[in-house]
Amino acid sequence: MTEIGLGHYLILGAVIFTIGIIGIFLNRKNIIVILMSIELILLAVNINLVSFSIYLDDLSGQIFTLFILTVAAAEAAIGLAIIVVFYRNSGTIRVEEIDNLKG
Amino acid sequence: MEILIIALPLIASIISGFFGKFIGDRKSEVITSLLVSISAILSALVLYEVIVNNYQDNIIIATWISSGSLDVNWSMKIDSLSAIMLVVVTSVSSLVHIYSIGYMSHDPHKPRFMAYLSLFTFAMLMLVTSDNFIQLFFGWEGVGLCSYFLIGFWFKKDSANTAAIKAFVVNRVGDFGFALGIFLIFYLFGTVNYSEVFELIPTIVEKNIIFLSIEINAIDLICLLLFVGAMGKSAQILLHTWLPDAMEGPTPVSALIHAATMVTAGVFLVVRCSPIYEYSELALNVITVVGMSTAFFAATVALVQKDIKKIIAYSTCSQLGYMFFATGVGAYNVAMFHLFTHAFFKALLFLGSGSVIHAFKDEQDINNMGGVWKKLPYTYVLMIIGTLALTGFPFLSGFYSKDAIIEFAYLRGNTTGFYAAGIGIFTAFLTSIYSWRLIFKTFHGEFNNKNIKVEDTHESPMVMLIPLILLSVGAIFAGYTFKELFISHGVAGNFWQDSIFFLKPLSTEHPPFWFLILTPILVISSIPLAYYLFVKNKNLPEQIANVNKPLYQFLLNKWYFDELYETLFVKPSKTLGLFLWKFFDIKLIDRFGPDGISAFIKRCSLRASKFQSGFIYQYAFIMLVGFSALLTFLIVK
Repeated sequence: MTEIGLGHYLILGAVIFTIGIIGIFLNRKNIIVILMSIELILLAVNINLVSFSIYLDDLSGQIFTLFILTVAAAEAAIGLAIIVVFYRNSGTIRVEEIDNLKG
Repeated sequence: MEILIIALPLIASIISGFFGKFIGDRKSEVITSLLVSISAILSALVLYEVIVNNYQDNIIIATWISSGSLDVNWSMKIDSLSAIMLVVVTSVSSLVHIYSIGYMSHDPHKPRFMAYLSLFTFAMLMLVTSDNFIQLFFGWEGVGLCSYFLIGFWFKKDSANTAAIKAFVVNRVGDFGFALGIFLIFYLFGTVNYSEVFELIPTIVEKNIIFLSIEINAIDLICLLLFVGAMGKSAQILLHTWLPDAMEGPTPVSALIHAATMVTAGVFLVVRCSPIYEYSELALNVITVVGMSTAFFAATVALVQKDIKKIIAYSTCSQLGYMFFATGVGAYNVAMFHLFTHAFFKALLFLGSGSVIHAFKDEQDINNMGGVWKKLPYTYVLMIIGTLALTGFPFLSGFYSKDAIIEFAYLRGNTTGFYAAGIGIFTAFLTSIYSWRLIFKTFHGEFNNKNIKVEDTHESPMVMLIPLILLSVGAIFAGYTFKELFISHGVAGNFWQDSIFFLKPLSTEHPPFWFLILTPILVISSIPLAYYLFVKNKNLPEQIANVNKPLYQFLLNKWYFDELYETLFVKPSKTLGLFLWKFFDIKLIDRFGPDGISAFIKRCSLRASKFQSGFIYQYAFIMLVGFSALLTFLIVK
């Protein structure tokens, strides 16, 4: 059984990050999924920060992570609020049907 | 005080034009009429000073242009000539202002109308009191502009707009010549002030210059170019076509601008420039020929016209011809005399015809009138007075001035002089016939109007009749009262001083007695003749017209001048304009210029906007791809 080291954590972060990114643009259904994908990306970054913090024995990384979590929560709240308002106005949150920006 | 004469009409115009909406119709009418009337009273005072005390002055109001050797002032030159013009302009103008209060009572744009009238008066006063050619030109264009405004006053009528444009364009032709004349004067003398130019004229008598590759005497050329301007403004033959059409304007306008004042500006110009014209035999002969042709031509056309105002318009044209051939034979003072008397009786005739038109509810065709002399007694009597004065009935004003013109033409003693005198007498006869035709057809015979009943015709209100009565006083007495002053040999020399220049003094002989009584006899005998033709035996004129069909048509169509100009100038320039517009402008310049570039940019933008799909996931994808590409680039580097 191999020791779980920095490399593993970084790979986990990279995988989650990739899932998040692919989730943004492969997703054709629901705008909430995009929001969730963004959360995943932030999570991946947090994992990276925490693992580097332990590896380098520097607490500032973990403190930073706490801040990011707070901001992410706020961001999710705002994002969801926007989606609620948007749904009320246009009656849909299907990504394919939202093309008001089309030129 | 003198400056007030000019300033008051301008102030009146500004008040009525800019603030008419706030002060109301009635107040703007009263203010304009009042201020112009004050100006008329002041002018009369100035004329009195000039007559009694030989008052002369050149008041410089302000410097206008001072550039290099060109010095032009806003000025007010007062001498006999301009004093006479001041009185003519302001008195007729004030009467027309008052008359308009009645005539325009149903019009919704009274303040605008009064403002234009006052502005016109101001411009005309600038013209006559100028001491240099530039201010003269300013006034010249100013009156042209106001004439344009007023002809097109009823802007909802297409014909009025067309007539206004026609008047403006035809006048441009004359003004072009006039402007060239002024340029030439400045080129030769380096100054445009009358006194300096007139002093230098004798020094260039021998000088020739080349114009359009023709060598011509400089003075002849100046005179001819200035005369082209005068022809345009005074509606002389070839450039006369705008005047009859100008009758589209309201009748007070016709009386003020197209009879009494503006159209006489050309005569005034020639008289004012008598120190130049006296040195040009050629130009004087040209003026005589043009003047008498116009007098004759317009009188023949007036014989057959049906529109009451057009008859009087052609009559004006004809009388202007008289004035010009008077100047052409060197009798400038007589021309001014006729201008002076003509202003009264022609304004009277126009305003009288306005009263008739008013009575018939805007009917202008004399065939649709008749038999109303009992219904319109005042207008009838006043029109008769105007007609008698116009035709030169003995002892009315036209008699003294018109016969004097014919006499002086006879006394000139050269071929053109005799010729002009003959034409003058014959034209006087024609004048009498057509004027009485107008009277008889309008007031006598049966009532021919189908649109309104004879009981519904009504006499005009007092506010219209009082100006007519005042003008009729002028029409009766102006000739007798002023003949000594204007044309008598001893007195006239004293009166005119140096405002009119005679190279050799006018002949002091008298023409033979038979010649003197020829015109009055013809004029008087034409009254029963006209009565017989147009009241007693109405079929005779029709028969004459039928027998001489081509001649009748020729006269009815005004010698086909309009048609000639239509094919000669209007159509080609219209075709050229259409070509330049449709092909050159639209197909070439617009297509490759503004339209082309904007279409190209629009095409590009449309393509570019295709990138905007509106789907967030695509934007996000592109953003990420771009970001990673940038990152990769930075790392690899």
